[in-house]
Amino acid sequence: MKIFRPVITYMLLILTAVIVFFPVVYAFFISFMSGAELLQGNFIPKTFHLDNYQKAFERLPLAHYLWNSLFVSTVVMLGQLLVSALAAYAFVFIPFKGRNIIFFIFISTMMIPWEATMIPNFLTIQQLDWINNYQSLTIPFFAIAFGTFLLRQHFLTIPKELKEASDIAGLRSFRFFWKVVIPYCRTSFVTLGAYGFLTTWNMYLWPLLVTNNDDARTVQIGLKQLQTQEMATDWGVVMAGVIIVIIPTLILLFLGQKQLQKGLAQGALK
Amino acid sequence: MKSATEIQGKSSTRIVTKWKFMYWRSAILYLLPSIILFSVFLFYPLGKTLYLSFFLTDQQGIANVFVGFENYQYILQAESFHKSIKATILFVLYTVPTGIVISLFLALLANEKVKGAGFFRTIYSSTMGVSVAASAVVWLFIFHPSMGILNQLITSIGGTSIDWLLHPDWALVSVAVTTIWMNIGFSFLILLGGLQNIDEHLYESAKISGASYFYQLRRITIPMLSPTLFFVTTVTLINAFQTFGQVDILTQGGPSESTNLIVYSIYREAFVNYQFGTASAQSIFLFLCILIVTILQFKFGERKVHYQ
Repeated sequence: MKIFRPVITYMLLILTAVIVFFPVVYAFFISFMSGAELLQGNFIPKTFHLDNYQKAFERLPLAHYLWNSLFVSTVVMLGQLLVSALAAYAFVFIPFKGRNIIFFIFISTMMIPWEATMIPNFLTIQQLDWINNYQSLTIPFFAIAFGTFLLRQHFLTIPKELKEASDIAGLRSFRFFWKVVIPYCRTSFVTLGAYGFLTTWNMYLWPLLVTNNDDARTVQIGLKQLQTQEMATDWGVVMAGVIIVIIPTLILLFLGQKQLQKGLAQGALK
Repeated sequence: MKSATEIQGKSSTRIVTKWKFMYWRSAILYLLPSIILFSVFLFYPLGKTLYLSFFLTDQQGIANVFVGFENYQYILQAESFHKSIKATILFVLYTVPTGIVISLFLALLANEKVKGAGFFRTIYSSTMGVSVAASAVVWLFIFHPSMGILNQLITSIGGTSIDWLLHPDWALVSVAVTTIWMNIGFSFLILLGGLQNIDEHLYESAKISGASYFYQLRRITIPMLSPTLFFVTTVTLINAFQTFGQVDILTQGGPSESTNLIVYSIYREAFVNYQFGTASAQSIFLFLCILIVTILQFKFGERKVHYQ
């Protein structure tokens, strides 16, 4: 039994990893194939030439879409970190009246599905003339109850003595936040940042509604366009688009997987 | 003497009131950005959705005629909404339990103490980095009637190919498979975190007494993991109700509305047919569903959860 267990573990690990990662590898291989090669039903391409990638960038302003996505995701990430950190700070370090009630209201917003508010939000964006603007893709997402909750849980673990010591030393709130809170809760900030970036980068329905030209269109909507345009003819180009879209987030995930897992687990359990 | 303590008492209450006010003022300043954003983009639109659900609207979404509960009556009688509800419930049943079992299995595997486990953790969590649009496009090709790998495999072993996305019985299953794959990364990461938080000592006595792997799994791992399992179930359940992108790319709600999940139905009603009134009624229905599910889960689920 003692010898068999690692062997069985490895077999299962490899088998499941192959299945889970298969769609990504499949897309990667197809992105190098020409239409003729695809029809032959090959799985591994004969040559790894970059024609399809070049075509993908020619058919659509993909570089511009990538920039839009990068910009929007970064701004949302920073906005969420700032707004959530401010709220969490108040909930942990300021003993004001009604704190529990307001916190409860904050948490209950997690039960409102965003889709239930999308129609009036769309009408608001239209009235503000924010269609095809970066504002419509960023500002509505700055406030996030999950972020406030995650940071609050971590702020609570900061020893009371640290706050007292800094009060005695006469540190202003901002300095205390900068010098003590941020370094102490780095994991949660990284987690929330990665989470915000990933979810914004992957957002689909809202950008579909509020962008109808190339100005602010994100790469996800670009991918849908590419798919509708090229599906009948050139799957290789479509898959090249897929690979271009997923590379930034996959890299981010590979780098931050450990942090993200630690931080999310903390948020989920406490 | 008496008056001295009285004076002291008075001034200290005054100081306390002043402090309380100062706390309040600074707290509100810190909370203001969240409060404004929640009000404008969450509370106001939720109220507006409720309001619109009682009206007939024009193409700009301006409420024209008050119709009371007629929008609700209309959707509850409409066959297409029945289909949408049925599809949504089926979809939840297909995706949530299967997704959690698979993710738990992967998390248990990746939590084994073997060399190179880190590599496999990265692979399993990778689907979290693949967007809805990208996943759906890849699976669209996997399900392709002639060139897709699924039908190629089936025909190579002598079976007849299946119209995955064009057959009403298979289309919802196909969308569900895509969704399960997409969710693995997130559920896996959370469950792995939960597993790693379980105290090692719990297993030691079990090992000494020679308890089998499955006995330990049933008696130690699953009970200790129950808060995490509870969290993952809640999140995936709510996510399942909110599914949109996969449907839009894979099936557009078809064939014969068999994959017209509720959010897709709302989208079509509002932004294709411009029926904001009935779309709002559907949105309120979605909101109530999620509210009830969350409350029920917390009421009944939490009792069975074992906290450390």
